[in-house]
Amino acid sequence: MIASAPSSASVPPDIAALSFEDALAELERIVRQLEEGRGKLDDAISSYERGTALKRHCEAKLRDAQAKIDRITVSADGTIGAEPARID
Amino acid sequence: MTQDFDAAPPPALPLIAPEPRPGSNLPEFTVGDLARRLKRSIEEEFGFVRVRGEISQPKKHSSGHCYLRLKDDTAVIEAVCWRGTMSKLAIKPEEGLEVIVTGRMTTYPGRSQYQLIIESMELAGEGALLKMLEERKRRLAAEGLFEPSRKKPIPFLPDVIGVITSPTGAVIRDILHRLSDRFPRHVLIWPVAVQGERAAAEVTAAIQGFNRIQPGGPVPRPDLLIVARGGGSLEDLMAFNEENVVRATAASAIPLISAVGHETDTTLIDHASDRRAPTPTAAAEMAVPVRGELLAQVLDDERRLLASAGRLLAERRNRVEGLARGLGDPRALLEGHAQRLDDRAERLTLAAAALVERRRTRVGELAASLRHPRDQLAQAGQKLAGEARALDGALRHAVTMAESRYQRVAGRLSLTPARHRLDDGARRLADLSPRLERAFGKIVAERGAKLDALGQLLESYSHKSVLARGFALVEDRDGKPITSASQTSPGLAVTLRFGDDSRVDATVDGGEAKAEKKPDAKKARAVPVQGSLF
Repeated sequence: MIASAPSSASVPPDIAALSFEDALAELERIVRQLEEGRGKLDDAISSYERGTALKRHCEAKLRDAQAKIDRITVSADGTIGAEPARID
Repeated sequence: MTQDFDAAPPPALPLIAPEPRPGSNLPEFTVGDLARRLKRSIEEEFGFVRVRGEISQPKKHSSGHCYLRLKDDTAVIEAVCWRGTMSKLAIKPEEGLEVIVTGRMTTYPGRSQYQLIIESMELAGEGALLKMLEERKRRLAAEGLFEPSRKKPIPFLPDVIGVITSPTGAVIRDILHRLSDRFPRHVLIWPVAVQGERAAAEVTAAIQGFNRIQPGGPVPRPDLLIVARGGGSLEDLMAFNEENVVRATAASAIPLISAVGHETDTTLIDHASDRRAPTPTAAAEMAVPVRGELLAQVLDDERRLLASAGRLLAERRNRVEGLARGLGDPRALLEGHAQRLDDRAERLTLAAAALVERRRTRVGELAASLRHPRDQLAQAGQKLAGEARALDGALRHAVTMAESRYQRVAGRLSLTPARHRLDDGARRLADLSPRLERAFGKIVAERGAKLDALGQLLESYSHKSVLARGFALVEDRDGKPITSASQTSPGLAVTLRFGDDSRVDATVDGGEAKAEKKPDAKKARAVPVQGSLF
């Protein structure tokens, strides 16, 4: 979590809100577009910057994957809680 | 204990006869004694039986006990299932269900009845169970619970996965291992019984419970649910065929993967879930992508991003350099322009002198073509003389033409037409004269007749007719009628006119007149009556 904080801070908020799937799809689109080599230089540069931000976002999503196993508890009044579970 | 009670020897009843009657060696029971004996006998003999039959008229009482009948084509036995047993039954008693029941027989002395107390119940063979499931499936499908359009897409990468299964056993371990292999996630396990009496209710409550969790609460709301159970017999998997489980699955707002039994087992939850996994492990694979592959893909994208951006820049730099070379030396451009300027300046001075020279030549040409006024006068005089001659000739010609026209017209002039019109007029005049006379005579006669008629009419309106009836008209000496006494004065001379137009002169004599004047005064008073006749 601490390691991922700086990288996520440098990601624009609109990208940070994207799901992994959407971010990856947009990254692929930008890469294809740049590989075709068309368009204005300014656009290409801003696309590149956005691409690197998307890549950081995707990478962060992949790297902070952490297994966490909780077990649901239901109290007498129906309130749902969770406590760490250990299952091998 | 034998179940073949037909082949068992008849029970030896202890014949305890307190008071045998004389003449009979048969013991005499009270009803209660006999009933108790029967009860004991039956309970001992049929204390544990296994019966196969069809359920008829099952009735669940509010107390929780269930009363039903077991029958085949020859007989019927009353049966009861107490509440405590009911909740443990693997199947619910339904009308027409072919079952095998184990239990014990007892009697109910109060009514001379015997009945079977059911301890357990199972379906009499796979066929009957499958038939029941088929019927239930058909009914739920008709409600639209299995419609493909209801199915929700499974999220590509769920953050939180809710797993509904037994907290012990291989299934949860398989799922957790496969998840951590592929993409470690936050897993919430909702422990439930996966078989037996409580299973269906617990699975239903778990699905509904997960859906009740609100986002942002202390327990995160799952993006995906997995309902899982390992393989087992048809009866073991029955909970996942229960209607409440199927309905909760269909109603889940969270996408749900069902993984019940092995690949060949299909339960009704599989039809209602958004995705069916053949095994719990497969469910984990459907739930998350492989992290390593995605990481590789992202890194590859990054490499391509860098490479293509670098290439793009290099390309642009090359083009800029190429274009810069094409721009050329500015001094050479300037020299060319200086030369053109010098050339134009020189041509400018030359052109001014040439222009003056051209104008001077033109003036000379125009002066040469000017003529003297004397010549022009002479020429005009000649033109005038010529035209005077022409005018004279034309006048003479016009006079000649007019004369010849006059001659032609004079020749055609004659009195004959006028004479014709005179004769015609005379004839018409002669004709009109007699017509005039005829017409005039006719008019005179008509007017005469009309005048006579009017004369008679006038006469009838005349005052003379009034006079003829005995009245007299009073006139003054000038012949004007006197119509009022006020027009008279004593001594006034008047004339009295009578109907035969005879007249008498008289004099008005004032108030009290002589006797001879009296009738005259009376006549005079009649005058206003006459006046009104005019």
